[in-house]
Amino acid sequence: MPPKKKPGKGKKAADTPEPDHAGDEQEKTPVNTSASLFSAVSEVERKVVKPPNQLDLTEEELSTEILTVLKSANPQAPKSIVRYDFNEQCFKPEAMVDQFTIHYRTDGWLLHKESEEGKQQIEAKKKEEAAIEDFKAAISKATEADEQEAKQYRNQFNFTERAAQTYNQGTRDRMAATEPPTVLTYSGSTTQWDIYDAYMKDQAAQQLQNESRSMRTRAGSDKKKAGDGGDDASKQKEKGKDIMHTEEMSAAAKITERVLNQNTNEDITQDFKYWNDQADKFRENEGTLLPLWKFVNDKTKKRNVTSICWNPEYPDMFAVGFGSFDFTKQGRGMICCYSLKNPSFPEFMLYTESGVMCLDFHPQQSSLLACGLYDGTVQVYDIRNKVRTPIFQSTARTGKHTDPVWQIFWEEADLNKWMQFYSISSDGRVTLWTLTKAELLYEDIMELQPHAQALASVEADSAQFSRLESGCCFDFNRLSDHLFIVGTEEGVIHKCSKSYNSQYLENYTEHGMSVYAVKWNPFLSTVFLSASADWQVKVWDHNHSKSLYSFDLNAPVADIAWAPYSSTVFAAISSDGKVLVYDLKMNRNQPICEQKISKKPRLTKVCFNPHSPVLLVGDERGCVTSLKLSPNLRKALDTEESKDNKAQADNMKQIVEIALKQQ
Amino acid sequence: MVGTFPAATAAVEDTFKRINSHKGVEGIIVISNDGIPIRTTLEPEITVQYAALVTRFTEKSKSVLTQLNGEDDLKFLRIRSKKHEIMIAPDKDYTLLVIQKPAVS
Repeated sequence: MPPKKKPGKGKKAADTPEPDHAGDEQEKTPVNTSASLFSAVSEVERKVVKPPNQLDLTEEELSTEILTVLKSANPQAPKSIVRYDFNEQCFKPEAMVDQFTIHYRTDGWLLHKESEEGKQQIEAKKKEEAAIEDFKAAISKATEADEQEAKQYRNQFNFTERAAQTYNQGTRDRMAATEPPTVLTYSGSTTQWDIYDAYMKDQAAQQLQNESRSMRTRAGSDKKKAGDGGDDASKQKEKGKDIMHTEEMSAAAKITERVLNQNTNEDITQDFKYWNDQADKFRENEGTLLPLWKFVNDKTKKRNVTSICWNPEYPDMFAVGFGSFDFTKQGRGMICCYSLKNPSFPEFMLYTESGVMCLDFHPQQSSLLACGLYDGTVQVYDIRNKVRTPIFQSTARTGKHTDPVWQIFWEEADLNKWMQFYSISSDGRVTLWTLTKAELLYEDIMELQPHAQALASVEADSAQFSRLESGCCFDFNRLSDHLFIVGTEEGVIHKCSKSYNSQYLENYTEHGMSVYAVKWNPFLSTVFLSASADWQVKVWDHNHSKSLYSFDLNAPVADIAWAPYSSTVFAAISSDGKVLVYDLKMNRNQPICEQKISKKPRLTKVCFNPHSPVLLVGDERGCVTSLKLSPNLRKALDTEESKDNKAQADNMKQIVEIALKQQ
Repeated sequence: MVGTFPAATAAVEDTFKRINSHKGVEGIIVISNDGIPIRTTLEPEITVQYAALVTRFTEKSKSVLTQLNGEDDLKFLRIRSKKHEIMIAPDKDYTLLVIQKPAVS
C-alpha cells in the first residue's frame, strides 16, 4: 500500500505514544517532524553540503538576475534535416521537426478518493483497523478472565499470613590432612643449541601436520568431485594400511599373478608338461629342443647372464646372476630368483656392488645363496630375508680375492661343522670359506702355481714366474670327496686334492685356450668334461692324461652340463648361439641335437633342471630361455635305468673302455 | 593385524601394478570381508556388482568346504566362463579378485 501523506500526521504522532508509527514517520518525512522531538534522541547537525562541481559565486553574482525565456520552439531541434525521396530521386528538406522536449517527468502516486482504487484502499484500511480492534478486545477479555480465576481462593476471608524466624545453624569448618605428594627435584641443563633443535623439530612436526591436513581437505574435495571413485580412495586411506599391505595380501597377489601367467601362457604350460615330439618315434638318434618360457626383465636386458643355479628344494625355482664378461663394461650386478610358475617377473631381486659372476645354492639350506662378484668379493645371502644385504661378505682384510671370482661351490653340510664353500678366482687361489657365527673365515686350499711345462715357456718369454695361474672354473668330485679339478685361463686342467695344497696330482694340457667349464660326471666318478675357448669339448678319465673324446664345435664353447638323469648325456652351448646335446651312448662322434637358439646374442650358461627334462640357457642380453628336451634326448629318464646309479655308471664305463681300446 | 613392513607394502603395490598391466587383465578388485570394495580398477557400478555377487559366492564355497571337512578352508577359486576367468583369492580380512580375458586357445 503506498503511503499517503496527510498534513498534521507528524504532530499526531508526537501526541500518541506509539513508537512504531513515530519511527516510520521519522524516516519518511524527516522535514515535517519538529526538532524538539529529536533533541532527546541525538543532536543532528544539519549542514549544507555543496556538490563539488558547483560554481563558487559571490553574493553579488548571486543577486544578479538572469533572464531566461521559455519558447515554444526547441532550440536543440535540428533545423535542416533532409531525407532522400525515392519518388523524386533527390534529397528533400524535412518540414516536420519534433519540438517536444521533456525537462522533468515524474509518475504520481496520489490517488483520487473517489476513484475505484482509492475506494478499495480505504475499504482495506477500515477492515484492518477493525481486525486490530477485535484482537485487542479478545486479549483484554482473556486477561480479565485469568485475573478473576487467580483471585478466587477457597477461604477467601480466613486467609492469614504468618512468619517466624528460626535460629541460624552455626557454621563449622571441617578439615582433613592428606599426605603431601612426594616432591621430586628434576633438573637438567640445556643449551641454546638444544632449544634451537627442539624448535626445529616442533616446526617440522607442525609442517607435517599442516600438509596432512591440506591433503585431507584435498581428498575431501576430490571426493565431492569424483563421487563414488573418490569415496573409494578415502576409504582406502583409512583401511588400506590395515588390509592392503600385509604378508597375506602379498601372497595372495603372488598366487594370482601366477595363475594369470598360467592363463596367458597356457599353451607353454601344457607343452612343459605334455609335449613330446612325435617325430622322435621315426628317427633314431636325433632329438629336438622346444623353447618354452623366456625369462627377461627390463632391468636385466643390458647385463650378461653369468650364472644359473636351480634351487635344491623347490624344483621350479632358480637363481640367475647378472654381470658382465666384458672388462670395459663393468657395473652393478644383479641376482634374480625366477620361478617357472611366473616367467613374467622374478620372485626376488637384489643388486650387488659389482657384477655377479657365479652363484650356488646350499644343497641343504636352500635359502642360502653364495655368490662371487667381479671385484673378488664373495657374499652369502639368505633369500628369506626381507633386507637385501648379504649375511656374510669377504673384505680386503678377510682374504677377498683380488680378481673376479669365477665359480663358487658349497660343501655338503655336516651337522657338526660350520657351513663351508669354495671359490676360485683368476688371482690363482682356490679358497675355502667357513661361515662361523660372527664372521667369514678363509683358508687357501690351493695356489695355482704354474706347472713345469708352462713355467718353462713363461721363463723363456719373460721373468713373470711369481705370478700364479688364473683359475677359471673348478668342480669337486661328489664320490671321492677330496678330489677336484681346476680349469685355468692358460688352458691347463689340473687335478688337485684338498690334502696337498702345493702340488697337482695330474695336469691335462690338451686345451690351447682358457677352459671355461669343467664338470665331473654325476654317476661315474672318474670321468669329467671340459669346455674351452679353443672350440673343443673334451671327455676325460682322470686316470689318463689324454682325453677320451673330443668334439669340435666351430665356436668357443661357453658352458657345458651333464644331464642329471643319464650318465652319457651332456649339453654344450657355443658362443654362436647353438645348443648341442650329446648322448655318448647313441653317438660318440656327433651331437644328437644341434639347435640354434638365438641369432644375435652369445649364449653364456647352460643348466639342466634336476627333476624335469628342462634346460635353461642364458645369453648375454640378460635373457634366460627354458627348453624342453624331446623324448630322444631323455630316453634314460623314461626307463628304470635313470634311478639305478650303478647301471648308469656301467653305461659310461663301457664308453670309456671303447675309447681306451681305440687309443 | 600383522605389522606393515615397507618392503611388503612396496611389493604388494608392485605386484598389483604388474597384475594390472598383464595381458588380458580387465580389472582388480579388493573386497573387505564386509563386502565393501576397498580398491578397484573398474567402474564403480561393475565393482559393486562383482563385490556383492562374489562375496556371496565365496561364502557359499567356503561353507561347502568346511562342511566336507571341518579343518579345510578355501584358498583359491577360479571361475572359467565363456568370456572371462575370474580368480578369487579369499583370506580372513579381504578377498582379492582378478578378472582376466584369457588367450584364445
